[in-house]
Amino acid sequence: MSQEAIWKLFKLMLDASAMTGKLFFFTLLIGLPLGLLLALGRMSRIWVISYPIRFFLLVMRGTPLILQLFFFYFGPYYLFGATMQRVTAAIVGMGLNYAAYFAEIYRSGIQSMPRGQYEAATVLGFTRRQTFFKIILPQVIKRILPPMGNEFMTLVKDTALVNCIGVGEIYLLAKDTMSTEGSIIPLLMAGAFYLIMNSIVSRCMSITEKKLDYYR
Amino acid sequence: MSVVEVTNLRKKFGRLEVLKDISLSIEDGEIISIIGSSGSGKSTLLRCLNRLETIDGGTIVIDGDTMVTTNKKVEYASDEVLKKIRMKTGLVFQNFNLFPHYTVLRNITEAPIHVVGMKEEDAIREAKDLLERLGLADKTDSYPYELSGGQSQRVSIARALALKPKILFFDEPTSALDPELTGEVLKVIKSLASLHMTMIIVTHEMGFAREISDRLIFMDQGVIVENGTPDEVFASDNERTRSFLGKFMD
Repeated sequence: MSQEAIWKLFKLMLDASAMTGKLFFFTLLIGLPLGLLLALGRMSRIWVISYPIRFFLLVMRGTPLILQLFFFYFGPYYLFGATMQRVTAAIVGMGLNYAAYFAEIYRSGIQSMPRGQYEAATVLGFTRRQTFFKIILPQVIKRILPPMGNEFMTLVKDTALVNCIGVGEIYLLAKDTMSTEGSIIPLLMAGAFYLIMNSIVSRCMSITEKKLDYYR
Repeated sequence: MSVVEVTNLRKKFGRLEVLKDISLSIEDGEIISIIGSSGSGKSTLLRCLNRLETIDGGTIVIDGDTMVTTNKKVEYASDEVLKKIRMKTGLVFQNFNLFPHYTVLRNITEAPIHVVGMKEEDAIREAKDLLERLGLADKTDSYPYELSGGQSQRVSIARALALKPKILFFDEPTSALDPELTGEVLKVIKSLASLHMTMIIVTHEMGFAREISDRLIFMDQGVIVENGTPDEVFASDNERTRSFLGKFMD
């Protein structure tokens, strides 16, 4: 591969990483709050709420993400004759999929909280809502940062899957250039891009963990 | 006038009857210690009075407000009444249960500000007064993990006092502490006696209970065996009482 071609591919990949960033950002925007709602619903004592959510979580975590992406892109067309934009379908699919994983992480965090924290808040007169948002959730967030960081890194890598419904991104670019140029370099470059993005994510996570280190 | 009136209270955990037909009346300003071996139901009684456990029968009246009553079915009062009762009572836990993510000061001010609706500066001023009085003035900005057990328990006492309860419950306040730290907490509780607040203390500290209490209640297997002045209880002929107190006499 000529130096020129490498430079050109580099610039294209730089543009394409904007798509990775976009998918990452919107997946979290959907996944983080929805995951919390799902976790609360999953723990609900009302079975009409908890059972459907359990089923949803099982399906989202128990089937391949690539299958789900196809489903959200082609499903609406075959079912209702409507279509979603490719990127929208990708974001919806990944958002729901990641919400399911986040839900389980939130749940593990919430259930690991000692009962005494709820009881202390109760006898001080806090409402259930106050107890959750003031006392429980801040401590849960600190506890679940490490597993969340794992998911965030997986998410960066999973954005490569959206090429299956025709959303252009780094991996697709690398694969195509590899066959036209007959070179392995594009794949190595793509790998470097993901690696750099993930080292940023990893760095952000350790900074956040440090920030929450002021209490134990 | 009685501030706590318990009639025919029953509580079961599954098939195990933990409280069997408990009746008890506590006068305003009294200091009561509840003693008894583990599993006698004394902590459960306290938790029922603070609504951390729901009861299976009987009546609880706190300062004239009926919390729960039983006619055929157990019926708790409306949320409004329950909230009113909540504000009259405070509870100090065995394990402190401080909020680890808040400073000592915020542990104390959070409820006065967000539950009572007190102005922030007033809440802070009162909290600082309390900390001063409990010998914790230099811990205002510390986090709970930086405190010793005795300091943690004093902070949790301050947290309960900040809501100015009429009745303060203590659930084995020194059981999680080393013997040398127990003293500082007992001293603080003694100092509260001068506030003429009603205090109900579940404890294993016999000497302390005998010294501070107006009345001692001895519980065994879910029933009240003794209910009298410390001298009366310590002089009791009852076999169960004698065998329990005997363990503490050597």
